[in-house]
Amino acid sequence: MDTKISIEAAGKTFGDGERSIVALQEVNLNIGSNEFVTFVGASGCGKSTLLRCIGGLETLTSGKIKVDGAGISGPGVDRAMVFQHYSLYPWLTVLDNIKFSRLLRAGREELTSADVEAASGRADALLDLMGLTHVRDAYPNQLSGGMQQRVAIARALLPRPQILLMDEPFGALDAQTREVMHDLILHVSKLEKTTIVFVTHDVEEAIYLGQRVVVMAPRPGRVDSIYPVDLPMQRDQDMKLSHGFLQQKKAILTRIRETAGMRTDYELLERMTRQAEQQNDMQ
Amino acid sequence: MSSKQKPNLPFHRQLSAGWRNIWVVRGHLSRRTYLLFALAGMLLPLTAWWWLSGSGLMDKVFMPGPMDVLSRVYTWFKDDNLLHDIWISTYRVVAGFALSALLAIPLGLMIGTYRPVQALLEPLTDFIRYMPAVAFIPLVMLWVGIDEGSKIAIIFIGTFFQMVLMVAEDVRRVPITQIEAAQTMGATRGEIVSLVIVQSAKPALLDTLRITMGWAWTYLVVAELVAANSGLGYSILKAQRFMQTDKIFAGIILIGLIGLAIDQLFRWLHRKNFPWLYKK
Repeated sequence: MDTKISIEAAGKTFGDGERSIVALQEVNLNIGSNEFVTFVGASGCGKSTLLRCIGGLETLTSGKIKVDGAGISGPGVDRAMVFQHYSLYPWLTVLDNIKFSRLLRAGREELTSADVEAASGRADALLDLMGLTHVRDAYPNQLSGGMQQRVAIARALLPRPQILLMDEPFGALDAQTREVMHDLILHVSKLEKTTIVFVTHDVEEAIYLGQRVVVMAPRPGRVDSIYPVDLPMQRDQDMKLSHGFLQQKKAILTRIRETAGMRTDYELLERMTRQAEQQNDMQ
Repeated sequence: MSSKQKPNLPFHRQLSAGWRNIWVVRGHLSRRTYLLFALAGMLLPLTAWWWLSGSGLMDKVFMPGPMDVLSRVYTWFKDDNLLHDIWISTYRVVAGFALSALLAIPLGLMIGTYRPVQALLEPLTDFIRYMPAVAFIPLVMLWVGIDEGSKIAIIFIGTFFQMVLMVAEDVRRVPITQIEAAQTMGATRGEIVSLVIVQSAKPALLDTLRITMGWAWTYLVVAELVAANSGLGYSILKAQRFMQTDKIFAGIILIGLIGLAIDQLFRWLHRKNFPWLYKK
């Protein structure tokens, strides 16, 4: 597999002096072409920061991120991003939201009528792929959260980006809608041959979608461990209940808890319960 | 079967249940009930006024009745050129307001978009806006003179600084993800400002204009203190000298009505221009 994104000794520090926070420290990772990589980790582990650095919305304080061997500087149309919410333009219809990036290019370049036609065809194809054809003329706030995220994904895909960066895109959706979106995004990844980097706090989602699950650890934010997912390429919701899946889920959850330094203090819990019982007895 | 049956409560019980229902915190009110309450809110003070002026408890000189005020409006219209007063006052308010908006919108946009502009101008604006506009009258008279310019200047001073800060705040409220999404789609800085920030802030900006328009009207009377010889505010002040309380009432109510009409115009523009906010 060709390397699409290479992250080399990436470091990111917010602020300076004593109050500085090391969001990323010495992150090294290669992401392959058309790979689906998911990132999980306790809050403050820098997973979102890393994603934003790949997207060019943040700049590294040390190290490099390369796409196809060339260092990146700022955002670029080769790397599209899907956010958790509030990223659609409420004043534009679904179709115009999806075609927004065309609006930008149209202002800068002379487009031939063939280009315009091709873009319209592309927009129609995406509407179809995302199941949005019947709401093409609706405004985003007339749609459910799940439908809004479909629009956001279609909008990101319009200029045929090589990389799709997703920052907890389904975090605000209900469980049933998420399942539908999971199969949809897997379908997109296969059909569009897009390299997908996906940040989530949901381990089950990370395993179901990812070919590799990267666990990051906080303070300082760093890559802790990488779990290759051993599931058939063609995913199926029932796999979530398979022995292998559950075992991997348990292993990753445990690892995240360890890195976060959060463990339930059973001794303390027991002591407190005993105290409460004693007080009850005295009354 | 039971779900379709209506509880057969006597009318007064139904009424009291309905009465309790409308007092739910942030509850719902049917359009009819809303209109009923709105009408009551308008009519109650009017009847109270009518009753008070007719009761003889207060001297007619201090408390003219609604009919006195109406007949004053009529004679003002017939003999005292009411329409000219309305026209000149509206002109002053709109001119001062428009000038203010013309400068405040681009300036607020810059403050809300670029941090250096914010650092340069926002503390200064914050400072100036606490200076009372009225206190500038002597200066304005010295600098601008006593013709139309000075009245417009007072209204400008009264609204401009507030407006700049409100516009900046509207612009800052544009969700950062809307801006970042455009960045990842390859938008230039200019495109982000014109195609995202301005478009996204537009409804809030129109609301800011609507609210500051109200303030512009409140500064009218102050502005017409400055050597005016026409206008609604001027007429109110002159009427005080001649103890024409009915004319004071008439002037105040007229300003209120014009303000209400302009406010409704802004709301209509809002619905007309931003249909996506009203479709659910």
